[in-house]
Amino acid sequence: MPIKIKNLTFKYMTGTPFEKTALDNVSLEINDGEFIGLIGHTGSGKSTLIQHLNGLLKPTSGEIYIDDVCITAKGVDLKKIRQLVGLVFQYPEHQLFEETVYKDVAYGPRNLGLDEKEIEERVKKALEVVGINYEKYKDKSPFDLSGGQKRRVAIAGVLAMQPKVLILDEPTAGLDPKGRDEILYNIKRLHEEYKITVILVSHSMDDVAELADRLIVMYKGKNILQGTPKEVFKNVETLEKIGLAVPQVKYLVNSLNRKGFNINEDIITVSEARDAILKILRGEEK
Amino acid sequence: MEYMVEVNNVYYSYRKHEQDKEHLALCGVNLKVKKGEFVVVIGHNGSGKSTLSKHINAIYLPKEGDIFVNGMNTRDISKLWEIRQTAGMVFQNPDNQIVATIVEEDVAFGPENMGIDPEEIKRRVDFALRSVKMEEYAKHAPHLLSGGQKQRVAIAGILAMKPKCIILDEPTAMLDPSGRKEVIDTIKKLNKEEGITIILITHFMEEAVDADRVVVMDDGKIVTEGTPREVFSKVELLKDLGLDVPQVTELAYELRKSGLNIRQDIITIDELVEELCRLR
Repeated sequence: MPIKIKNLTFKYMTGTPFEKTALDNVSLEINDGEFIGLIGHTGSGKSTLIQHLNGLLKPTSGEIYIDDVCITAKGVDLKKIRQLVGLVFQYPEHQLFEETVYKDVAYGPRNLGLDEKEIEERVKKALEVVGINYEKYKDKSPFDLSGGQKRRVAIAGVLAMQPKVLILDEPTAGLDPKGRDEILYNIKRLHEEYKITVILVSHSMDDVAELADRLIVMYKGKNILQGTPKEVFKNVETLEKIGLAVPQVKYLVNSLNRKGFNINEDIITVSEARDAILKILRGEEK
Repeated sequence: MEYMVEVNNVYYSYRKHEQDKEHLALCGVNLKVKKGEFVVVIGHNGSGKSTLSKHINAIYLPKEGDIFVNGMNTRDISKLWEIRQTAGMVFQNPDNQIVATIVEEDVAFGPENMGIDPEEIKRRVDFALRSVKMEEYAKHAPHLLSGGQKQRVAIAGILAMKPKCIILDEPTAMLDPSGRKEVIDTIKKLNKEEGITIILITHFMEEAVDADRVVVMDDGKIVTEGTPREVFSKVELLKDLGLDVPQVTELAYELRKSGLNIRQDIITIDELVEELCRLR
């Protein structure tokens, strides 16, 4: 399910004094099974971009192809696209509404017209993927769960549609470190085991450094940088100028190198930094 | 009066549903916050941080124990408005805290309700917006601002009431890195330049590094407290509690575990650089 975005432009309130270009001639390709980190400060166009990918917004100009089907053409079957491209909004737990966890997760598949047995299987599997014990929680009210659990149930609701592409808009915002790690672990597992394409919108440079195959950086509606996390985080000055940051270890590595250490500039995670520092210090001890 | 906030052996419990058992949210909490102190409270969701913070301006009253804000007992109903004026609160979501359609009117909302003279309100609004560096936006519509800007307007709204203490409950949870920095810089400045006592609840450990004191909560109790250096050197305890440490602290911890002889209490990049240069 490769995604091709060609010259995508989106303007809102066109023809009024408030006209604003939210996306400005964005062209991108996302390959099958890739894990993309989408970063950019608030208002840079990230959310507008992802809302185009399952047809919630129609571009002012440009085209989007999913699996070689143009989803921006007239008369396209949006229902089918939304099943293939699952979108988890910010604070998805605000969209929980059913009486039980089971019913909430089953809502999507039920609307697909599946039979009860298939629905049950999907609900079971989706809850299992997000690490929610099916037997223990299926009959509970989703509103009695903790914040992190609610969010995982909401994500399960999207997974039960069995999308090929999963887009998550800041899935860890407002969670504590443990809740955050749980969600990220689930997403990582989902990506590895089921080979689905993941697009993760995040404000945490540390998280995308650990997880993503490729980063896409948005600024003022344009895709200004892209590449592996290692490549992108080399651009410390550009990222800071546009209101982003790089992982703290990256600053450490830069400081050490200014003091005459010779550490690979590629390093962006704590474990990489540890190995590199140990290698240098031990190498010199010998 | 040396303390801005005194929490004496406070217990608090509630029921979610009538038939449920009482849930003990605070369980014998003692905390004294000095005037002008900058205290950060960390702990995982459900540890009691927010419940504690809501006690400090009398949104909740303790089931047992007492809380004093600048010497006033929060149980004293006649002091309620004075307490809330002394200890102002900023919440996580800026969109839930903005009430007016123009920034300066929003900031004026508090002092207007206090019945302050219009000339004085004008002065206070100007001062508050200047303090959070939002004076240029006085005439703007709040909904068109960025998250960080909105949160600074919310802080200005509190400042206009001339509080002695500001309690912030995860004010940066919804912000991007630059918005987070704007808000944290504003908080630090208010603490240093205006001498306002700050109690900041956060999940971002980097924000705790410059505090005077870090308080760690778990299961309705304070489990440890001390300077950021003292607290973050307890990497294993914090991890057990489901918390993080700053990335450099974690790296220093990993290096120590691998046998390097470096200090245990590293919390800034410069400190780790210095230690590693020494070992070289």
